[in-house]
Amino acid sequence: MARTEHPGAGLRERWLPHPLMTLTLVVVWMLLLNGFSLGGLLLGAVLGVVIPIVTSHFWPGRPPLQAWDRALAFTALALWDVIVANVIVARLILFRDPATLASRWVRLPLELRSPEAITILAGTISLTPGTVSCDLSADGRALLVHCLDAPDAEAAVREMKTRYEARLKEIFP
Amino acid sequence: MAIWLEALIALLIVVSGVFILVGSLGLLKLPTLMMRLHAPTKATTLGVGGALLASMGFFWAVEGTISVHELLVTAFLFLTAPVTAHFIAKAHLHLERKRDGGERERLPQTGTGSGWSTYDPAPQTGGEEGDSAPGEG
Repeated sequence: MARTEHPGAGLRERWLPHPLMTLTLVVVWMLLLNGFSLGGLLLGAVLGVVIPIVTSHFWPGRPPLQAWDRALAFTALALWDVIVANVIVARLILFRDPATLASRWVRLPLELRSPEAITILAGTISLTPGTVSCDLSADGRALLVHCLDAPDAEAAVREMKTRYEARLKEIFP
Repeated sequence: MAIWLEALIALLIVVSGVFILVGSLGLLKLPTLMMRLHAPTKATTLGVGGALLASMGFFWAVEGTISVHELLVTAFLFLTAPVTAHFIAKAHLHLERKRDGGERERLPQTGTGSGWSTYDPAPQTGGEEGDSAPGEG
């Protein structure tokens, strides 16, 4: 990896390879403690520095996350869809004869390339209405999704692409 | 504790209980593994979520303490549920291939020139682009 010219950047990259992960770790640590104390914060900060350095080999790239407002909007949309998904799947289980369910595999061609974005897309698909993402093509360009009830496979794919992938493309350009 | 708060917490517990029950019913009722996989990844997320909200509300109203562990439980649940479903699906695909009878799952083509990563290795890259998506199964 080519080093940048700024002398400060190398130092920061060495000690804080993933500032966001550091922040997340500190916040999660404070939440785990379920109360605030200076010692807790200090230990959290130490963990927040040490863990990203130790595990930095697992995270070769930095996800180029932009547009925080859109990321928040996406989270809200996904949460709402999880609630809707629960009601839809519950209705299917309770009131439909399983033999009439049009359960099928569909292929979702991916335009996203960043592994982080694909992971978020696959996770969202798994949590939302009647779909579970099951496999990725070996070159990472298509996602295998199983639908519980999709009479129209084309429409299901189109909805996943416009509802989630298009938004993720704006968040991870 | 205010009566409306009590009612709200009770409602949350009942609703979450219903969703967990339906999720379990789905496990019992649906005919194939892939269909059964949908029940626990969905119905239980809301079920557990509702119970956690009720727990937060209860401790806030009764003990006056704000408990945030529930938020963490929710976050970890949302992280792990898709991963578990993914693992089960992959194990299922491997088993289906091993069985290889007439009823093997008919997967759609990837349409990208290489197969699904459960079955096929990642295409060889020129070595220049070091970190392409790993396709381990």
